[in-house]
Amino acid sequence: MTETEFRLNGRVVRGQMADYATLAAYLRDNLGHFEVKAGCGEGVCGACTVLLDGEPLASCLLLARQAEGCTVETVAAAADGLRQALAEAFVRWEAAQCGYCTPGMLLTAYAYVKGGGSFDSPSIRRALAGNLCRCTGYQHIIDAIAEVVSTWPAEG
Amino acid sequence: MAGRRIAGGPGVGGTTGQKFARKDVAAKVAGLVSYSGDTQGAGMLHARLVRSLYPHARITEIAIAAAQALPGVAAVLTARDVPCNVLAEDPSGTGGGVFTQPVLASTEVRYVGEPLAVVVAASPVLADAAAQLVKVTYEPLPAVFDPGLALADDAPPIHPGGNLCVQWHVNKGNVEEVLAQAPVVIQREYATQFVDHAYLEPEAGSAWLEADGVIVIRAATQVIEHYRRLAGMLNLPHSRVRLIAPYVGGGFGGKEDMTVEPYLALAAFHTRRPVRMVWSRQESLQARPKRHPMRFQYTVAASRDGKLEAVDINILADAGAYALLTPRVLFAAAVVASGPYRVLAARVVARAGYTHNVPSSAFRGFGAMQAAVAYEQIMDELAETLGMDPLELRRKNFLQRGDELATGERVETAVWLPETLNAVQAALGPEPQPSRPGLLVGRGYAMNMQPYGRTVWFGDQAAVWMGLENDGSFHLRAGVTDVGGGQAAVLGQIAAEVLGVLPEAVTVHFGDSALTPLTGGTFATRQLYMSGNAAVRAAESLRERIQRVAATLCGGDAKTVVIESQGVRTARGSARWHEVAAAARQAGVALEVLETFFAESGPGYDNRRGTAARTFPDFTYGCHGCDVEIDPETGQVQILQYVASHDVGRAINPLSVEGQIQGGVAQGIGYALTEEVLFHEGQCLNGTLAQYLIPAAADLPPIRALILESGEGKGPLNARGIGEPAISPVAPAVANAVARALGGARVRSLPITGEKVVDTLFER
Ligand code: FES
Ligand code: FES
Repeated sequence: MTETEFRLNGRVVRGQMADYATLAAYLRDNLGHFEVKAGCGEGVCGACTVLLDGEPLASCLLLARQAEGCTVETVAAAADGLRQALAEAFVRWEAAQCGYCTPGMLLTAYAYVKGGGSFDSPSIRRALAGNLCRCTGYQHIIDAIAEVVSTWPAEG
Repeated sequence: MAGRRIAGGPGVGGTTGQKFARKDVAAKVAGLVSYSGDTQGAGMLHARLVRSLYPHARITEIAIAAAQALPGVAAVLTARDVPCNVLAEDPSGTGGGVFTQPVLASTEVRYVGEPLAVVVAASPVLADAAAQLVKVTYEPLPAVFDPGLALADDAPPIHPGGNLCVQWHVNKGNVEEVLAQAPVVIQREYATQFVDHAYLEPEAGSAWLEADGVIVIRAATQVIEHYRRLAGMLNLPHSRVRLIAPYVGGGFGGKEDMTVEPYLALAAFHTRRPVRMVWSRQESLQARPKRHPMRFQYTVAASRDGKLEAVDINILADAGAYALLTPRVLFAAAVVASGPYRVLAARVVARAGYTHNVPSSAFRGFGAMQAAVAYEQIMDELAETLGMDPLELRRKNFLQRGDELATGERVETAVWLPETLNAVQAALGPEPQPSRPGLLVGRGYAMNMQPYGRTVWFGDQAAVWMGLENDGSFHLRAGVTDVGGGQAAVLGQIAAEVLGVLPEAVTVHFGDSALTPLTGGTFATRQLYMSGNAAVRAAESLRERIQRVAATLCGGDAKTVVIESQGVRTARGSARWHEVAAAARQAGVALEVLETFFAESGPGYDNRRGTAARTFPDFTYGCHGCDVEIDPETGQVQILQYVASHDVGRAINPLSVEGQIQGGVAQGIGYALTEEVLFHEGQCLNGTLAQYLIPAAADLPPIRALILESGEGKGPLNARGIGEPAISPVAPAVANAVARALGGARVRSLPITGEKVVDTLFER
């Protein structure tokens, strides 16, 4: 068991966890953050994506104790303007069907747009490499992201 | 929020046909939806299956003592603990055969991954550890993995009744005679592979016992009606088992048969505590039913000017170790085997053999998709033989309204094959050019016809309940399962349309076998057709009651009563909702209704003669086209653009229809190019998502969906089903494009891997 502390969606969480506990399992089973989905447990599908210090990562490949001292954000974190804009575009475009990939997809999209990603579809497709969707064929997801990129005021 | 006027009943005005954001999508985007595995209560136990390691073996012992002794283990359950250890089904619905399968195998296992025991423990880790401690003693037996070999005389028997799972016949005219005289006859063989549904949400659920003794299972399923089979398994009255399906994280047919449900029910039944079960991706890939691999032998006869004269078709499918829905899947393949074309004579024999592979069962496209792989490729090959343009050949033979299918039934509704083909042709634009010298490019097309709704002899039905609150908001209750296609939301949209209110006014409660009226499962592209029609009826009948009450309250003719957000209005006056409610009470009129829609029903299939007056209620037609580019060095196929068009009768929510088509195309591209669950002697060789390759965003081209509306479907507001039709033409469209690019060389087995492309080029 290890005691670990990190900031989750703006709040400090501290707890005992098994050394082998993945961040995904800890977030879901210990903290009840079921908006973090579990799709494969092997780092391929991206359903478990969280932002670790702003970077989208598969939480099923991280040990919970690796989050020590970090900022962890899930889709349930208070949304800033960009997150809001993306969420609205996803709804407008119906970029979710079953919705199981959606929380992870949205976080990856957020990091992409925030990082100055371009609106052309090949770049967006590459950015989504770590997030699989079996329902939508990605088209509406890409349409939604492209729309936000082209309308979102660039930062700074 | 101004209410809308009702004028002339359903489908006028409202949100139908508008881009309209579904309510569930907002919740999903916010991460607010609780799926079946998203539960963790105090005291919850975790269940894990012990599965067979052998494809075929006698079980001499299952030793559970060591597992039971592990601290934290609540139960280790084997066949002995299943009150009625047999699941029985008549999947073809014709009484032709009842198939059985044990819940937990006890004496013999027939495929790798077959469940043997359920371990229930305090945590997932403990359950895993205990499962390892269950010692199963196997005596391996000879096994067979090929349906052709399984049907040979010397094959080891897989079931007491023999290894033939099902055999369907379709007969029209005298095939022998036409073949003997036909000027042009070609013969080809095609093969398809095992593929997995690979939805992102794993098989998952929880179960608990209510104080009144009702066992509740909340699980990712397409079919809440399974509660009856669960009750049968537990020897309980049907009314004592309740199955709830929250939003499902993808189904595609893979959650149509039961997955976790029986094991959860057993675990809760025995431990009397809440239990959760989630299958790993590896379990899912190894042991859950797959799409049927099929082998097709086609003989096609035509006149020199390209009129189809006869088809002689043999289909052989791998049923795997148990029947599940194989008889139904094969039936769909047999019915559409000659494609959306007129033929004078047809003979189809569709068989499925048992093997010691994982069972095959339902998967979006349901047999009709595999058939399209064959009938659309042979059209191109026939065109080549005739020296004709493949599209001209198709146009010459397109099925039309009034024509007779190979089964002998007549096509009654619009057949927009030319329209969808024209749309796709126009959208694809000029022929593709290679992006650099040395690369090969080609364009391919495929048409399809796909049934929606169950075969008529099932006497299908669906019920919807609607009620009005005295603040003007509406409840709609329906036992639909929502697998992501908006199956629940669309009912609210339809009801709102009929009532003339905004969709926000209707809340849909769904997916609970005890509390919502049963609609039948979400499969066979039947849900919109069935529940949608039931929703129309419920909304109409509730509207009629509201109008009747309003007319007495305000004066005027009931038919002219307008429903608005605040209440009702006639030419003579208006009333607010609470006044309407009070008036209804006084008049003894209940502002709540239950309506059942009965699908067209008819006699069973005559399999001896191979004909029917009617098989499926109707079909959806479409055309897909794409451009591919191939690197002859690696054989890698890249799809440059993809266009898909279907006549959906009426697009109730165009955005959802578009999404269904784009998603179907993406899955179809995986089927065409990269996906195959590989088995060696029953053992899965690629049991992770890192090895089983479903398309990622970067693997796919832009996908354009062209929605056409003939206004003729048997669904609500004249809609046709689109869930399955969208996936079926993809693989043959890609295969035809690849063959074009390769100058006529053709890879006749799926998936079209780089290796096969290079081999095919080499052989030439
Ligand atoms: S669950 Fe973590 S990547 Fe799939
Ligand atoms: S919406 Fe179902 S996996 Fe993406």
